[in-house]
Amino acid sequence: MRLLVIEDDRETAQFLQKALRESGHTADLAADGETGLAMAQSAAYDALIVDRMLPKLDGLSVVKTLRSEQNRTPVLILSALGDVDDRVKGLRAGGDDYLTKPYAYSELLARIEALARRRVPEEQETRYAVGDLVLDRLSHRVTRAGEHIPLQPREYRLLEYLMKHAGQVVTRTMLLENVWDYHFDPQTNVIDVHVSRLRSKIDKSFDKPLLHTVRGAGYLVSERAP
Amino acid sequence: MNALLEAVVRASGTTAFRLAAAGVSAFLLGAALVAALLFWQTNAVLTEQAIIAITSEASALEREARESGIGAVAEAVRLRSNPDGPGLYFLADRTGAKLAGNLSRVPPEIAGSAAGGAFRFEAGSGRAVRQHLGVAIPVTLSDGALLLIGRDVEEQRAYASRLKRVFLWGFAALAIAGIAAGLAVSRLALRRIETITKASRAIMAGNLSERVPLSGSGDELDELAKSLNEMLDRIEQLMGGLKEVSDNIAHDLKTPLNRMRNRAEAALRDPSGPEACRKGLEQTIEDADELIKTFNALLLIARLEAGAVEETAATFDLGQLVRDVAELYEPVAEEAGLALAVEAGHGVTIRANPQLIGQAVANLIDNAIKYGRRADHAPEPREAEIAVRVERRDANAEISVADQGPGISAADRERALKRFVRLEESRTRPGTGLGLSLVAAVARLHGGSIRLEDNGPGLRAVLVLPA
Repeated sequence: MRLLVIEDDRETAQFLQKALRESGHTADLAADGETGLAMAQSAAYDALIVDRMLPKLDGLSVVKTLRSEQNRTPVLILSALGDVDDRVKGLRAGGDDYLTKPYAYSELLARIEALARRRVPEEQETRYAVGDLVLDRLSHRVTRAGEHIPLQPREYRLLEYLMKHAGQVVTRTMLLENVWDYHFDPQTNVIDVHVSRLRSKIDKSFDKPLLHTVRGAGYLVSERAP
Repeated sequence: MNALLEAVVRASGTTAFRLAAAGVSAFLLGAALVAALLFWQTNAVLTEQAIIAITSEASALEREARESGIGAVAEAVRLRSNPDGPGLYFLADRTGAKLAGNLSRVPPEIAGSAAGGAFRFEAGSGRAVRQHLGVAIPVTLSDGALLLIGRDVEEQRAYASRLKRVFLWGFAALAIAGIAAGLAVSRLALRRIETITKASRAIMAGNLSERVPLSGSGDELDELAKSLNEMLDRIEQLMGGLKEVSDNIAHDLKTPLNRMRNRAEAALRDPSGPEACRKGLEQTIEDADELIKTFNALLLIARLEAGAVEETAATFDLGQLVRDVAELYEPVAEEAGLALAVEAGHGVTIRANPQLIGQAVANLIDNAIKYGRRADHAPEPREAEIAVRVERRDANAEISVADQGPGISAADRERALKRFVRLEESRTRPGTGLGLSLVAAVARLHGGSIRLEDNGPGLRAVLVLPA
């Protein structure tokens, strides 16, 4: 993926550039809002990582300007402001996702990959399949090797989200936000328990595990182990 | 004298003085208008009366001249010419020679005038001669003789000028009294405002417990002082909170920071190679994440207490929200050997920030799971229960989370709501110690409160929100 990082802190920007390169992406850097806006306008990026507080032109204005020009490039907003209000403002300005500093790089990577993937027009897929695991979005039925697996409604939505992002790492926070719509810290690793319950239903009596835990990052539904 | 002058100068710059001055000038202007009107009206009436009298006298004498001749007129004029009386007369024949009358000559002011008018003349005789004001009209008699008939209006003039003087002095007295009253009032207000200013200076200088004194009259200045005091109470409370936070940060964040540092140092010194280093780094990151969580919770509490979260309020079904949060925790509770029973009907709707309320409910349930296990170590521990209820009570919605654990003694309950307080001294279980104080801050932000009660056994936390 080709990414643009608009971040005024040199060290953070270079860390991101290096880490993203190691993850197989290329990242251009812009150190202020005006430069960043000009770069985003003149080249096609798969996604933008925009710091909220920038010299010359703040991050939200950059996003607003791009959106008013019909530029639909997915944007991940980075901010030290992490309140519910701040997040709402960020998304209202046209951001697609919002990440509060300080963040784990694995969280940022998972989110930016999910965003860029979303760009592929989501043709109403009626079924997701990973290996012999099939989720039918019309009948809400899940089968593995043809065998029906009964799931609770929340377990179904959890699996649906994981399978929609099959092959991508999904973090606990992403699950909490997208499956439960909670934007707060649940104190305990509640997500782990839900995932392990789901795993016991879809993986337990089969040889090949499909729902993997990625250490220090999150979860991954894939035929291949990470 | 100088001090008085200075006080006057300062008072004259105040709003009260300016208002008083404006009032006094407006009043004086109105009074002057009324006085002038009165003056002119009186003058006009008196003048008119004099003119009517002399006009009728003139026509009578004219008739007499026509009927009986100039001699009879001269006789009549002579009879009427009293040297001190109000009537003024001058009769001259065609050549201008005086025939009769108490005026010595035709006054130069009206000589040749056909309509007559006002003039000055010398009244009285001998040493008592005075300048008087008179009015007269000329009448040309049938044989060409000239008759002047007039009135001495000196008394009227004197009355008018006396009236004028009275008005002027009255106005001067009024102006002085008004301005003095304005000054006095502004002085009074000024002194009380000075007290308020002095008190706020003292407070700014650092004595936060100082308060603005009240006069007890309950007037506007008292109201101002009262709301200033309330503001100060709030500021003092916030400052107290801030101080407490910084004290607690010193205590509770330095320890994990130090631990993190030690761990990193130990990993660096570990002779067993890169694997130990890697493990140390991983643990360091975990420690950092915990610290970040604590910081986030602290910041959130601080912002909630500053009342900074708005905009995102929505009206929603509280029962539904609580059921959803409970569902999130249900597997965790089960793993901990606790049953989570939710009793939340429909129809309890509130207007609030759903994320914050969700966070508060999550914290309460999380606490109940962490601390709600039975204290007894019976060989076959019965399954303890966490009861979550949502109900409407009067104008409030109440969310209660009750566990059957050891509970919190009555003496410790208030302390438990404070930041960083964790009642178990060893602090072995995970947690920031901010859970309950965050719930309390969320409650306060929404105009509600939190109560901790005895569940006999266990703890019942009740979050009260205005419905």
